[in-house]
Amino acid sequence: MNVIANSERQGATAVPAATERRGASIDIVDVNKVYGEGPKRVVALQDINLRIEPGEFVCLVGPSGCGKSTLLRILAELDYQTSGDINVDAEGWAVENAMVFQESGLFPWMNVETNVRFGLDTRNVPRAEADRRVEDALRLVGLTKFRHHYPHQLSGGMRQRGAIARAFVTDPGMLLMDEPFAALDAQNRTILQAELVRLWEQTGRTVIYVTHSIDEALLLGTRTVIMTAQPGRIKTIVDVPFARPRDVVELSSSPEFGKLKLEIWRVLEEEVNRARAEMER
Amino acid sequence: MSVETMKMSERSAAKVARARAAEKAQRKSGKVQERLLYLVSPIGLLLIWQLLLMAGFGDRRFIPAPSDIAVRYYDELVNGMLMTHIGATVWRAVSGYLLGAIPAIAMGLLMAMYRPVRLFFDPLIAAIMPIPKVALMPLLLLALGFGDASKIVLVAIAVFFPVILNTYAGASNIERIYWDVAKNYGASQQVLFRRIIFFGALPMIFAGMRIALAISFIVLVASEFVASKTGLGYLIWSSWELLQVDVMFVGIVTIGFIGLIASALMQELQRWAIPWKTT
Repeated sequence: MNVIANSERQGATAVPAATERRGASIDIVDVNKVYGEGPKRVVALQDINLRIEPGEFVCLVGPSGCGKSTLLRILAELDYQTSGDINVDAEGWAVENAMVFQESGLFPWMNVETNVRFGLDTRNVPRAEADRRVEDALRLVGLTKFRHHYPHQLSGGMRQRGAIARAFVTDPGMLLMDEPFAALDAQNRTILQAELVRLWEQTGRTVIYVTHSIDEALLLGTRTVIMTAQPGRIKTIVDVPFARPRDVVELSSSPEFGKLKLEIWRVLEEEVNRARAEMER
Repeated sequence: MSVETMKMSERSAAKVARARAAEKAQRKSGKVQERLLYLVSPIGLLLIWQLLLMAGFGDRRFIPAPSDIAVRYYDELVNGMLMTHIGATVWRAVSGYLLGAIPAIAMGLLMAMYRPVRLFFDPLIAAIMPIPKVALMPLLLLALGFGDASKIVLVAIAVFFPVILNTYAGASNIERIYWDVAKNYGASQQVLFRRIIFFGALPMIFAGMRIALAISFIVLVASEFVASKTGLGYLIWSSWELLQVDVMFVGIVTIGFIGLIASALMQELQRWAIPWKTT
């Protein structure tokens, strides 16, 4: 069901100018995901309906076990829905999606440059073209000097930058991010959040970002999708009204931000309590 | 008051510098001392051995002194016999090792990648592995004759099992995230095999290869004892039959050296092949 126009897929090497393009649109219709059978049956996702417009930055928030990561994995085609349809229109982009994982997932046996290049090698992008794109991606995240370092020689923040470069270099219509900054310390997280917002504003890709932090969702996203646990459902969708371009540091200390955060927390609190009650029963 | 404080801090800075220099010097000489200390026990042992025999304890025909062994070593080296034996043993060890290790690595990786391959080979491995590999020697002599082939194949079989088991364990314990990344970034089966599974398993492959190295020398020397007219195992065994104890020691010392060199080479190879694990 993934729609990439054929001509564009063949043209995976040629990247059109960013201004002509809008990020991928995603249509999620009646998606369900069930694990196991009989008494072990777990409904991970139930009746998920979500339309994501080109260029949106959508954050999925919810308690652990609400299926937000499962949904992301399904979008990345690392897992498959039990029923329902997902339509992705990534016309004009070299690849449909690229994922940034929680612990970076940089291959320890490849240096930074080789890691970043990986998604181009697998797709047989010609050497000169790949060189140029890797160069750009490394510059974009500020890792040019560290291109020959192995991941274990880098800090957590730098590794995550490398993972972002690896995703960007493939020129994906949508960027899937699974709590990418959760393992970082507060300072590094703030810096990387600001960088991510900047990169998103520049390139117009659609971003789907899974997090358990309301703060993060409100700072980064255009919309926040709040999910509930057991079974995983969409509880409510909040439009995030803050203006662009955003300064994440300034925004996080504004009263409007605090107010919206409190509102969302009220909604989520109910869910967390319900989930806990269910577990103790 | 403040002046005095300043003086004190000045003095302490100089003191720190001196203390650090002294510490550094001591660390350096400590290292040299440690290295010397390291030689004390083997040299001391040889010295006591030599002195006891020179003082008339023991019969030098049966228990050669280190100096006797050294003289004999030189003779064997000059007349070329020792080199012939070394050549035979090293050739069998290297070719047998490669013959066993390379298919073991390939099959271990395939077992981790494809379930049917694993199901096919698992019972075979389980059945053959517990057999002490030297027990296969007569069978191999029957099949391949008295020449190099039987010894080479025996080494290959002995090397095969630790390498395939470690390779398989290494490849199947690659963290899920790396499979996910590879898949999400469009890796074909071939790319998965060559760039992810192989490298992911490499640290364990080396663990298996180190075990295999030790085993390969054991089975090779044992097989040369009984089924060869060349090689260091033959040299040691025939010197026992002729009661040439000094020649026996020449063989033992040589095989020890070869083992030492082989494991040093393996360590270098590992450092070169897995730079992300050995920094």
